[in-house]
Amino acid sequence: MRLLLMALIIAMAAGLAYAILSLPAESAGLSVYTTENIAISGVTNPVTAVLLNYRAYDTFLELGVLLLALLGVWSLGSTATASQRPSAPGPVLDNLARVLVPILIVVAGYLFWAGAYIPGGAFQAGAVLGAAGVLLILAGWRINHRLVGLPLRISLVLGLVVFAVVGTLFMLTDRQFLEFPPQYAGVLILLIEGLATLSIGIALAALFLGADPEEDDN
Amino acid sequence: MINTIFLYALAGVGLFSLGLYALIVHAHLLRKILAINIMGSGVFLVLVSLADRTQGIAPDPVPHAMVITGIVVAVSATALALTLMLRVRSETGQAELLEEPPK
Repeated sequence: MRLLLMALIIAMAAGLAYAILSLPAESAGLSVYTTENIAISGVTNPVTAVLLNYRAYDTFLELGVLLLALLGVWSLGSTATASQRPSAPGPVLDNLARVLVPILIVVAGYLFWAGAYIPGGAFQAGAVLGAAGVLLILAGWRINHRLVGLPLRISLVLGLVVFAVVGTLFMLTDRQFLEFPPQYAGVLILLIEGLATLSIGIALAALFLGADPEEDDN
Repeated sequence: MINTIFLYALAGVGLFSLGLYALIVHAHLLRKILAINIMGSGVFLVLVSLADRTQGIAPDPVPHAMVITGIVVAVSATALALTLMLRVRSETGQAELLEEPPK
């Protein structure tokens, strides 16, 4: 049985390898179009231009996927975290978190800002911010109970909501959904990316935490 | 002499196939989740390497953007899958899918 499975998978791998090797060795792909229109995209880093302008739909829906995953995790209740009793972090982890978290926040800010012209951007910055959150959670820090309800939820959806509002706003001036006017594109992308960074970071840390912190309190 | 770009892409195919094999063979849910992540890494490797077939100029940014999107989706799906796995364990006492539904 296992041999048959192995044979099938090897056959599939051979087919995929053949498909890849039959591709032309030289292909400009879509880079011609992305470089041609980079001047009106509002940023100079082509990957950020694709993510936040040419294919903003992908990024927009992806923020939705992140929220959906968090909703799924929260709806499964707190049984998942019942087995993970918080333990005292110990002096090394405690001090490491104190030193690293401010640095991680600065790095996240830099990555978000640099994304306009060099590799970086909202997702990388959000991942660093999320890592800072995970480190804090591991060190025993918990979000203030006054902030777990509405403030937490607002910060989680802020990126998606502002993206949708900005995307629809310019439909009033005869543009498509998520089509930004070139003269404002840079500022709009900066605004969306900044809030998306915040939402992504908080969502990733919340995914790590597991159950909804508001229910955990009760 | 095989092009290095294709070498990376073939490595991606290898990772994908290894991951698929592990996904089918192992019953433990954590191993299945890890296997799916390895399959995803293989797909990302194929996309990123094939984007670099632009001779001389910067690589095609569209597959790169797709990989960034894919990484975030993979992370959130993994988190959801891990929570589901913990839920299965707390319901049935083991992190494997049972042949029969629990009574």
